[in-house]
Amino acid sequence: MKRINSIFDVLGPVMIGPSSSHTAGAARLGKIARYAAEKDVKSVKIYLHGSFAETAKGHGTEKALAAGILGMEPYDERLRRSLEIADESGVDIEFEAVEIRGAHPNTARFHITRSDGSLVTVTGASIGGGAVMVTEINGFDVEITGEYYTIITKHVDIKGIISKVTTLLARNNVNIGNMKVRRNVNMKEASMIIETDENVDPDVVEEIRSLDEMLSLIVIKPVKEAENV
Amino acid sequence: MYNSGRALADLCSERKISISELVLIEEMENTNMDRESVLERLDEVLSIMENSSSYSLSNKVETLGGIIGGEGRKMMEYLLSGDTVTGEWIIKAMARAFACSEYNASMGKICAAPTAGSCGIIPAAILTVGEKFSLDRDVLLKGLLVSSGLGKIISENATVSGAEGGCQAECGAAAAMAAAAIVEMRGGSPEQSLHAASIALKNIMGLICDPIAGLVESPCSKRNASGVVNAMISADMALSGVESIVPFDEVVEAMYNVGLGMHQNFKETAKGGIAITETGLKLAEKIK
Repeated sequence: MKRINSIFDVLGPVMIGPSSSHTAGAARLGKIARYAAEKDVKSVKIYLHGSFAETAKGHGTEKALAAGILGMEPYDERLRRSLEIADESGVDIEFEAVEIRGAHPNTARFHITRSDGSLVTVTGASIGGGAVMVTEINGFDVEITGEYYTIITKHVDIKGIISKVTTLLARNNVNIGNMKVRRNVNMKEASMIIETDENVDPDVVEEIRSLDEMLSLIVIKPVKEAENV
Repeated sequence: MYNSGRALADLCSERKISISELVLIEEMENTNMDRESVLERLDEVLSIMENSSSYSLSNKVETLGGIIGGEGRKMMEYLLSGDTVTGEWIIKAMARAFACSEYNASMGKICAAPTAGSCGIIPAAILTVGEKFSLDRDVLLKGLLVSSGLGKIISENATVSGAEGGCQAECGAAAAMAAAAIVEMRGGSPEQSLHAASIALKNIMGLICDPIAGLVESPCSKRNASGVVNAMISADMALSGVESIVPFDEVVEAMYNVGLGMHQNFKETAKGGIAITETGLKLAEKIK
């Protein structure tokens, strides 16, 4: 049972076959991983778990994940050739089947190396009908469906930082739909995961990024937004 | 706002409008799109369906698993060869459903309706009925609107996922959605659309999801072909005045309960049914 807001959730997604979970959802996961790497992917190793590992070939799952990594939509006809396109554009993509304990059967874990050598990790699952749930980004537990505009910060854990960020958003007329604050083990760094109702203006994002306490900032755009074909 | 078959039919009779009109109005309200934008997007969906259900009738495509292929074309050649048991329109509908499944399995661009695995049934039903009665494009779009309205009710009160409810939830939902659409396209009432949908869903209640090697190929494509026929005969029953003894909402609930009670082996896990026959297992081994 799930709530349907638009008839295009029933007649849709428009997608490259054969499977909404193993193909379209996989492409969406790849796209979120690309956003997490700020669209800078030099090479990526993708670990496949469960059904993703077992039936990848017959579902085009690898092609779909690669397509997402390259920024393609689930309906992009180039998805079929994504592995060749990655090759041609010098993006190195490798796959490996793994067992991730307790993970959803359709789980992929991305280890992305950016052009400056930095590593970005993303773990997510395709949970049915093309819907996805990302559960980890750079070691932080998250719950991202890709339906909302999402800002993920890593910042120095001191008083007042949360209010600085939320004030900047409020001042720019952005409403926060969901927000979580996490702290990492050494208690010096923390992370905010902010889902907003509106897309945030790039200038505002830059303002938040340039706060003294900010260590890094990732923006995940809604992955379904560009799919209104 | 409708969230059941009963509410849908009551709203239609209160406002003296068709199911398609009600679904269209609700879509405009929910998404803030105007009428033209909704219809335009629906028209694009229809174009994608036209292509996906015809491409492999005249082109050779290769499916990822290589288990299926060429069935749609065979049906069309068979039709041209002379007399068939069921007749032109059933054969054409099956050919389209086969073609769409095959296109999907070869990484073609399709519209999930309501899922990728069942993507052949609604296009085959709407396009074939449209061709037979030379219906205008806007009538075909009305068919899509009816389908999505029924699909919304099934999604919200049960499931359209094979992993959750078996094939009855995917191909069953698609056939019910298509049957209701055909009824409106042929001038039937909202009540008749609901009867047709109920009958179609009852016809395959309990059907498991047992894909060979876990792939959307076999027996999926043949269930798309039989699914569109299920939709057509259910629509004809309803249009003749035959009624479903059990109302649509109760049938949907029953389908959901059957799905929940179904063993996990029979829900898209490739651990039961056709998937674990000697031949099924051999094919799975070969594909790996």
